[in-house]
Amino acid sequence: MRILFEKRQSISHRAIITVPIVSFLVALLLGAVLLLASGADPIKTYAAMAKGTFGSMYSFSETLVKAIPLMLTGLGVSIAFRMRFWNIGAEGQFVWGAIAASGTALFLNEYIPSWLLLPSVIMAGVIAGAIWAGIPAILKAYIGVDETLTTLMLNYVAILFAQYLYYGPWRDPEGYGFPGTALFPESAWLPRLFGRAHFGLIFAIIAAIILWFIFLRTRWGFELKIIGENQTAAKYLGIKIARNIVLALFLSGGLSGLAGAAEVAGVSRRLQTGLALGYGYTAIIVAWMAQLRSIPVLFVAILLGALIVGGDQVQMVMNLPSSVGLVLQGLLLFPMLAGSLFTEYRLRLIRPERENSQIDAKVES
Amino acid sequence: MIALLSSILAITLRAGTSLVYATLGEIYTENSGVLNLGLEGMMLLSAAAGFATAYYSDSVWLGFLAAIFIGAILAAIHAFLSVTMRANQVVSGLSITLFGTGLASYLGQQLGPESNNHYLAGLIGPKLQTIKIPLLSDIPVLGSLFNQDILTYIIYLLVPLAWFYLYKTRNGLNLRSVGENPQTADAMGINITKTRYLYTILGGVLVGLGGAHLSLSYTPGWSENLTGGRGWIVIALVIFAMWNPGRAFLGALLFGGINAVQFRLQAAGTTIPASFLNMMPYIMTVIVLVIITWWEALSKRIGAPAALSKPYMREDK
Repeated sequence: MRILFEKRQSISHRAIITVPIVSFLVALLLGAVLLLASGADPIKTYAAMAKGTFGSMYSFSETLVKAIPLMLTGLGVSIAFRMRFWNIGAEGQFVWGAIAASGTALFLNEYIPSWLLLPSVIMAGVIAGAIWAGIPAILKAYIGVDETLTTLMLNYVAILFAQYLYYGPWRDPEGYGFPGTALFPESAWLPRLFGRAHFGLIFAIIAAIILWFIFLRTRWGFELKIIGENQTAAKYLGIKIARNIVLALFLSGGLSGLAGAAEVAGVSRRLQTGLALGYGYTAIIVAWMAQLRSIPVLFVAILLGALIVGGDQVQMVMNLPSSVGLVLQGLLLFPMLAGSLFTEYRLRLIRPERENSQIDAKVES
Repeated sequence: MIALLSSILAITLRAGTSLVYATLGEIYTENSGVLNLGLEGMMLLSAAAGFATAYYSDSVWLGFLAAIFIGAILAAIHAFLSVTMRANQVVSGLSITLFGTGLASYLGQQLGPESNNHYLAGLIGPKLQTIKIPLLSDIPVLGSLFNQDILTYIIYLLVPLAWFYLYKTRNGLNLRSVGENPQTADAMGINITKTRYLYTILGGVLVGLGGAHLSLSYTPGWSENLTGGRGWIVIALVIFAMWNPGRAFLGALLFGGINAVQFRLQAAGTTIPASFLNMMPYIMTVIVLVIITWWEALSKRIGAPAALSKPYMREDK
């Protein structure tokens, strides 16, 4: 018997719905095996995770604190990915957003009227993120440099630069050597909605709606879609590919920069160690799981945010390592990645006696 | 001065060894057309598993064996997802990194003995011994080349061997053709799936060795996040070396050296902050990328695998 993959005529909507659900169950099951092996009760552990992430307004606000940067960076990544521009630099763009926002809040506050300080802080973050994404975009659009690798490399330049700042010239002189800047002036604080969940949530929702509109209703959204699907066709339609890549990446990086600015202005209120926790990488997973669609990005971000917070909860309540959350993310992704094939292909089992007549036309696995 | 140079060379080699193994591994993998961004997670998990095994069995060799096994398993998962299931290789690699990082940290806090609160951190396990080669190790400065552990000696052989294999043998040619143009390779009768599995897993074995070298020789011991981003440096190194094992060796020494000698440089009075020194590998990689792309013709000769990270399927011509 042979197993063959056969391309479907159109993508399977049933697979789009079943694959994530099955994957989630598989992840919980495999996670349970790991927990049992280390002598923990899986049901109690999962209950602690659920309670610690969605159990109360406070715990839900903590989930949102992790989900907000994932939403914004996830939206940013999805714009680039729609054009098949593999921007894995959201982490660096996020960090630059945080750096520029912090610089504005700390060093320009004397020159900016206090009512204008917060908008300036946020805008500085957006612009810095956009510029940092603009570098690989320009290199790709005009020279053709592979963007996967440049965006990845630039992440570390950004992270190390931020480290230099908060360990070096920007370190709070009254911070007793703590690696972080001084607290921002109060007029640069991003308001909080409830718990520690801040105004960034509103930014994320507005951004998702705008992107949804751009991709569904505007000519520009259509152009970006064509560039992603078929560059040759785009060229014949007279679409300016290079310019569109750069513009889309400004937007993509700008959203990640916004995430970074919102993180420092809304959560830590200073630039400090522990800023680059890998949101920019998880964002790629968020965008991919949401199939690059804007509104689903918001919900997937909440799910992955919950896994991060859930890990912390497990540590406090069950005295297990908080990395359970990371392990579960990985275990969730493996079956999803494997399952992604079924949206475009179907499996066919061919019995030996029928093999000869079928083999020529089909694709071997 | 001679003492300083010789100690810098010694520490550079010690720090660079794990990078050389992992870079050679990724070079094999990428030459077959598979991009594996899971290295960071693979190195972390191999380092943890290698150390735990060595600690309980009191044998470094069993530790290395466990690390090889873990490297191969994670690479096989990546191969299964990206070759058989044709998943997005960037996402698959990142998932391996997430999973490996998470599981390594989890095991590091679970596998330790009860007396150490189940932590692996802070334990002293067996480590790879340094073997001093008589006479050769007495040469001034270069003598440091011959006062290393066995894994470092092996790379003196492994690097030229890898170069010879890739560029001078039939198998190497087949491997590169799969990464360059799978359609043609397929028409020539090379099994694409098998080749990609084979070299992705071989890559995983080498990456596993690189990870275990950290916990069983360089550091030695286990601590949270002990690779310190070396998995990502390796991704940079492969490009910096332009997929060539010889240049990878030099690059690994350079990149490993930058990290290792910065303390000494600071002691010697340089004013360049450590962060800027650590940025160098990444900035240089971007510059190399720009240059090789600029001269398209040059890039063809250098042999960036044209089908890198593209899944292959006969019908998608």
